[in-house]
Amino acid sequence: MKKTLLLSIALSSAVALAGTAWAAEQGRDGELRLLYWQAPSTMMPYLSGGTKELEASSIVIEPLARYDPDGKMHAWLAEEIPTVANGGISEDLKSITWKLRRGIKWSDGSELTSADAVFTYEYCSHPDTGCTSSNYFNDIVSVDAVDSHTIRINFTVAKPFPYAPFVGYNAPIIQAAQFDGCIGAKAQECTEQNFYPIGTGPFKVVDFKPNDVIVFEANELYREEGQPAFQSVLFKGGGDATSAARAVLETGEMHFAWNLQVEPEILTKMTEAGKGTIIAGFGTAVERLMVNFTDPGEVGDPDRSEYLGGNNNRNPHPFLSEYAVRRALSLAIDRQILVDAGYGFAGKISCNVLPAPAIYASDANDECKTQNVDEANRLLDEAGWARGSDGVRAKDGVRLSILYQTSTNSVRQGTQAFIKEMWKAIGVETELRNLSASVFFGGDPASPDTYQKFYTDIEMYTNTFSGTDPETYMANWTCKQVSRKANTWGGGNMPRWCDPNYDALSAEMATTANLDDRIRLAKAMNDMLMQDYAMIPLIHRGGVSAFSNAVEGPRGNEWDSELWNIAEWHLK
Amino acid sequence: MIQYIIRRLLAAIPTLLVISFVIFALLDLAPGDPTGSLPMTVPPEVREKIRLSLGLGEAMHIRYYKWVVQFFINEPLNILQHSFGITIGDAENRTRILSWATRSPVIDLIVERTPQTLWVVGLSFLFGILMAIPIGIVQAYRQYSLFDQIGTFVAMVGFSVPTFFTGVVAIILFSVQLKWFPMIYDTTLEITSWNNFVLQVKQMIMPVTVLAFYQAAQLSRFMRASILDNLNLDYVRTARSKGRSENAVLIIHVLRNSLIPVVTLIALGIPTIFGGAIITEQIFRVNGLGQLLIIAIEGADIPTVQTLTFLFAILIVLFNLIADVLYGMLDPRIRYD
Repeated sequence: MKKTLLLSIALSSAVALAGTAWAAEQGRDGELRLLYWQAPSTMMPYLSGGTKELEASSIVIEPLARYDPDGKMHAWLAEEIPTVANGGISEDLKSITWKLRRGIKWSDGSELTSADAVFTYEYCSHPDTGCTSSNYFNDIVSVDAVDSHTIRINFTVAKPFPYAPFVGYNAPIIQAAQFDGCIGAKAQECTEQNFYPIGTGPFKVVDFKPNDVIVFEANELYREEGQPAFQSVLFKGGGDATSAARAVLETGEMHFAWNLQVEPEILTKMTEAGKGTIIAGFGTAVERLMVNFTDPGEVGDPDRSEYLGGNNNRNPHPFLSEYAVRRALSLAIDRQILVDAGYGFAGKISCNVLPAPAIYASDANDECKTQNVDEANRLLDEAGWARGSDGVRAKDGVRLSILYQTSTNSVRQGTQAFIKEMWKAIGVETELRNLSASVFFGGDPASPDTYQKFYTDIEMYTNTFSGTDPETYMANWTCKQVSRKANTWGGGNMPRWCDPNYDALSAEMATTANLDDRIRLAKAMNDMLMQDYAMIPLIHRGGVSAFSNAVEGPRGNEWDSELWNIAEWHLK
Repeated sequence: MIQYIIRRLLAAIPTLLVISFVIFALLDLAPGDPTGSLPMTVPPEVREKIRLSLGLGEAMHIRYYKWVVQFFINEPLNILQHSFGITIGDAENRTRILSWATRSPVIDLIVERTPQTLWVVGLSFLFGILMAIPIGIVQAYRQYSLFDQIGTFVAMVGFSVPTFFTGVVAIILFSVQLKWFPMIYDTTLEITSWNNFVLQVKQMIMPVTVLAFYQAAQLSRFMRASILDNLNLDYVRTARSKGRSENAVLIIHVLRNSLIPVVTLIALGIPTIFGGAIITEQIFRVNGLGQLLIIAIEGADIPTVQTLTFLFAILIVLFNLIADVLYGMLDPRIRYD
């Protein structure tokens, strides 16, 4: 009797076990269909740098650690995140030691070892590779394989935040065996390797058609039991954002559509079909107005928008160098209208140039959240800018007439039109101008129309930084970074704003490891920029994606790939 | 005739060389930068390295020379080697024209995309012709009849409504509302079974119809006008008075003469098939040659733009010659020797 009871318990538990095993079998959910309206042109993240390629490659090749949607770092191929406390980072902040998880295999069956990481560093830092992520490997003396699963990175300087190499989708580890002959100039010619990289991730590439479609299949050697749930992934590219949204939200042909820069009312209407959900992830992207502190002059002037140094900047802008004008311009803008009209799900009002991660967000500049035309007018009156007969303010023969440029993009032109009207209300005349993105952002030193040359009074674009540490990003607005002839307009400081106190804060941050101190410094720098109106922040921009209600798992992620957790995605 | 063709082909060589140089120079002078589409987080010194790795550090005439060698010598040799197994010279170290965006040979990209473009754009061109010719004939023969009026109206609509409108209307109607056809063209579909063939037909119906409608609208107007020109001519009266049947008059005498201008249009339209249908391909995500060209232009992928445009130039020169030869066949009065 007892025996049979035991037997039946054993049997039923065996059945139950088999049941769960079946339910969690890899590849049980068939095909996952992703739609990226910008199609990836290669699977090699180090040769592209474009977000679409980084996203596509992220499901095959992986870094040591990834960021989640909140910007928190998670150990991925590594056992844990090294810190000073656990001994992973040396006391002098000049080296970091990562330990690889044991037993991780490449999809070809070979073992992932520290030699692969060393190779990845050599690949990307080789001057002829043309590696688009080489800035992730800056200031490195050497990357050493201490043993088969331990990697030590030695830096030339103290790195308070040493998590750039091998962290996030910009700097994953590639297989040394596969890319051995592809280093340097040869990297360009390794088409086969670049299209079909061997990875450790949940899927492997089966078919790659550049700028069109990629077919992935589940990697049966993937380390997590029962993952990924999907047997294959169809990664389709091309078309436009609106119809991409339609394919998920209205026809349900696709499971996931990425980067839906679509007018908010159209998206809302599409969700009424009940087939899909919209998710927005917010990173650090802020659409802002850059204020030119130097005189953009006229065509032919030798020193157009050139910072000539000296304590008071010897080539000041005729009116934007005046604090009251800059502040009035900011106060006159109703940011909520800009969000509602152009961004919807994908935007929030921002009064900071550093709005995230949340720990770095300052609340000292919230004045900008509400439009205050009266105060703006009062400021200008007080500063002596009197309205002329045409309604435009002027002082000493200088009219408040602004040339305002940005890239060609319907949302940006909409924003421009709104701001023009808002500034009209305070007696500022605005001429609008838009330039093709490839010219405006192209950086051709021979073109007068790049955002770096900035031959206008105001320009608008979005800037952001990758990863979660703002140190390098905030260093963009130091005096050294002023974009000028001497550095062939290579600096990140477009406003040509220069303040030694800011430089001091930036230098201090570069040697401070304590997180609380870093937060204090970053906030102080942000507040300096905001309170002097070197930039006028407008909108904290997020990434908007749509996913089908049949699928569970997508969470949106602006810090890393949106497909960072694709192994966990499954059908409901 | 053969002599004429050879003479024309030889004359085409300098023409094409000049065209290739003009295209190269124009692309070189145009603003735009292959690193322009990279995120702003990529610093300028890294961008400079990328530009150097793409070969932009060299002078323009050297880059042009390299392209010419790659296009006229290396690529044909490569085709010989892969199609016929004939290896000439040092195949190992032969450089090919590489796209800056994909870092893969441009010719391979073109070969990969030609099938879907031929399927969709080529078929729509064919259907357009097949519809336009009979419609044009009947319209002209029964001028001002109800059929003619309706035909004219439909042609005007087809003529003036752009494909980016008809395409989206078709998607909303047949994909979103009726759910008959998929709105996304699946280029990975291989016709291995009857089932897949049905899927292929289904996904082709919308783009092909939208394009064929547009083509037919244009061609049918030309066909109609050309027949009308001929119907009142003396030879038609002669044929009728000889007692030939109306069918014979129309098909044997009038049609042959009326086809001359239409054939030119069709012959010159064939190179545009290879140009793809940029807008329609984009709407239905056919991702053929048209989409390749537009993406390459947007991303300042100069080698791809250069190679594609130059191939179009070759096709245009070639089909101009074919049109001229066809003239001679349709119209015995034209002699080239």
